[in-house]
Amino acid sequence: MIPELGHFAVILALGVALLQAGLPLLGWRRRDARLLAFAGSAAQAQFLCVAAAYACLTYAFVTKDFSVAYVADNDHSQLPLIYRITAVWGAHEGSLLLWVLILSGWTLAVSIFNRRLPLDLSALVLSVLGMISSGFYLFILLTSNPFIRQVPAPAEGRDLNPILQDPGLAIHPPMLYMGYVGFSVAFSFAIAALITGRLDAAWARWTRPWTTAAWMFLTLGITLGSWWAYKELGWGGWWFWDPVENASFMPWLAGTALIHSLAVTEKRGLLKSWTVLLAILAFSLSLLGTFLVRSGVLVSVHAFASDPSRGRFILGFMAVVVGGALTLYAWRAPRLSGGGELQLFSREGLLLFNNVFLVAACAAVLLGTLYPLALDALGLGKISVGPPYFNAVFLPMIAPLFLLVGLAAVVPWKRGHWRETVRRLKRPALAALVLAVVLPFALHGRTTLLAASGALFGGWAIVAAAQDVLRRIRAKPHWRGGVAAVPRAVWGMTLAHIGLGLWALGVSGVISFGDEKDVRLARGAETELGGYSFRFEQAGETAGPNYTAQQGTVTVERDNKLVATLYPQKRLYPSQGTVLTQSSIDAGLLRDLYVSLGQGYDDGSWSLRVYYKPVIRLIWLGGVFMFFGGLLAASDRRYRLARAAERRAVEAVEAAAA
Amino acid sequence: MRYAIPLVVLLALLGLFIFGLQRDPRLVPSPLIGKAAPVFDLPTLDGQPPHMTQADLRGAPVLVNFFASWCAGCQEEHPYLMQLAQDHQVKLLGIDYKDAESDLRGWLGQHGNPYGQILSDLEGRAGIDWGVYGVPETFVLDASGTVIYKQVGPITPQVWEHDIRPLLKGAS
Repeated sequence: MIPELGHFAVILALGVALLQAGLPLLGWRRRDARLLAFAGSAAQAQFLCVAAAYACLTYAFVTKDFSVAYVADNDHSQLPLIYRITAVWGAHEGSLLLWVLILSGWTLAVSIFNRRLPLDLSALVLSVLGMISSGFYLFILLTSNPFIRQVPAPAEGRDLNPILQDPGLAIHPPMLYMGYVGFSVAFSFAIAALITGRLDAAWARWTRPWTTAAWMFLTLGITLGSWWAYKELGWGGWWFWDPVENASFMPWLAGTALIHSLAVTEKRGLLKSWTVLLAILAFSLSLLGTFLVRSGVLVSVHAFASDPSRGRFILGFMAVVVGGALTLYAWRAPRLSGGGELQLFSREGLLLFNNVFLVAACAAVLLGTLYPLALDALGLGKISVGPPYFNAVFLPMIAPLFLLVGLAAVVPWKRGHWRETVRRLKRPALAALVLAVVLPFALHGRTTLLAASGALFGGWAIVAAAQDVLRRIRAKPHWRGGVAAVPRAVWGMTLAHIGLGLWALGVSGVISFGDEKDVRLARGAETELGGYSFRFEQAGETAGPNYTAQQGTVTVERDNKLVATLYPQKRLYPSQGTVLTQSSIDAGLLRDLYVSLGQGYDDGSWSLRVYYKPVIRLIWLGGVFMFFGGLLAASDRRYRLARAAERRAVEAVEAAAA
Repeated sequence: MRYAIPLVVLLALLGLFIFGLQRDPRLVPSPLIGKAAPVFDLPTLDGQPPHMTQADLRGAPVLVNFFASWCAGCQEEHPYLMQLAQDHQVKLLGIDYKDAESDLRGWLGQHGNPYGQILSDLEGRAGIDWGVYGVPETFVLDASGTVIYKQVGPITPQVWEHDIRPLLKGAS
């Protein structure tokens, strides 16, 4: 009964979404305020429907209703409750339902926070969001319905893929989707601007917090994914340039470019059509990511859910949405180009450079991801593009961005002054140079070119970002007043740029000084790595709620003092007959000690994989900094104030007209 | 005009994806094709002779079929292999992949034995050398012991008629 209610709720949500897409458009043509106002109510009704559907599916998972095919495929009676809840998005059908739930959540948020927007713009934005949701509801109902029953019901479920039974992965997809889907709001604002032909500073100010919010969730989602891959896959790597990783990284690059170009459009009224194009691009790349993951066009370690008939639907959907948007763009964008001159040495000029490098990096990733497919299409053979290509092409393209980051806070809008810039950046530059020379030696007693340049770029980004805030705080008589006087948007930018610097320190450090070893150890035997000695004490059996495991005990000593005791496991999940290695990590800000269990031998010895990973935590710490930076920037009070002021102005105009 | 460039790029990408959907990305041509069969030395099931190596495959075209009693795809192709063997179409060599001998004997007893000779690859070492990543996989060797074709997945009448038989005709 409950699953049928869920199914019905999705059909209802489709109906509401179609009305939400159609009626406001009609209202806009007829200038009918009632039809325009309908958009908000529809958005709220749609959210209720899809939330109900989602609750029904969750209920089926929690109560282990194996008569539902999707539940039987991804649930198990022994599965702990928390994973029964997260198993809802453990495979294709449920993750799509999560996707529409989040899309509907964003739509709801737009309908609530946009009450202060001009009615026609708000209604058009909701209408475009309604079109996108309609497509996804159709996708669910036609190809990927999670509520289908199977008769007879199996006695036991096939269990959630064990690789997904991990807290990191439990929250990774929702965060990632919050980001992917969040770009649909910026996309809808862009389409609304193209339809109405109104694209001004106010439009940019309305769009900015939405874009920043989506961006910060995507940042956190990617960071969590990287952290999960590191600890769960047992290879000690944190980024693999896998097509599915690239699929989430491309929208991030485009979105990062977008939040910067929106700043230019808001402050200077420039780059309008470019900003609109980036908004379309960011969401299109999100759709492309969905397509690549769901269609099986590319082979990937993430191929959890792929099916060509679904691929065809998404491809068609993508063609309609992106093709429609770009056609509209080709038709209407020429009218948007505003006047105004752009000086290259000014904040807007530097932001333009930022955009060029980010978009070029994004194009390089896209090229590397699709190149195998393209070669195959031209009959030139099958190849795969791996990390060497991406590292060789991507890193040089983002290196200039670090130089720009340092300049960002110092060079003013409209026109920069070389002398003033040099004067204010002398000290950060000096500090970065000192760091580049000293830091690798201080931490590791030696240096490499990569480590030195990482410390240079990272140190430069951090020090230059921090000095701007310090200067603002020092300008006040008391530091507390100074901290409060710095706007949240500035705090946000500073934190995000510091995060970028931390990331660079982490990446260069772990590549330069990381070490690994494959060893076969008998009981009591030791091996040395990175100045630590790892002793294999013993191996025994242990068990969890739905698995049994072989567990090794490894003690780590440094200078004859115990540093950590690690318990790497090899888990057998009998429900799927899957063996998973569960690595054990002693984490620290300056280094991780990482052991994963290989194979056991008859004589009681085991093969072990031992890693020494210096400063790898900084990579994810950087992502967390960027997330909080985005959070602060999106919640800047001038957006709220500006909204109130604009509303008053709109009301005044409406009152005068009446 | 330049505002239409994104649209053109999109159309090109869509064309690429339509192509991409029509093919199976898991089909990777074997690097062995055109080369001599990999070196192996495996025990036979019946012990007559006790061992076989790649040198024993020369002289006539042969289908080297990696299979196992635990594999569903192998059961699917098995009746057709039986038919090929009965018609004496081609010599069949089975390599039993990561399988226990007792299971295999039970399986052959139930379904019949189409193979001229069965070799046992208990640990999957030969499978690695041949680049097997899932059973069943079948390699077609010509009379000089050179690999001329690789079939991933079950051998069906269509595969035999369209792909393998014409090659064998050309080879002999």
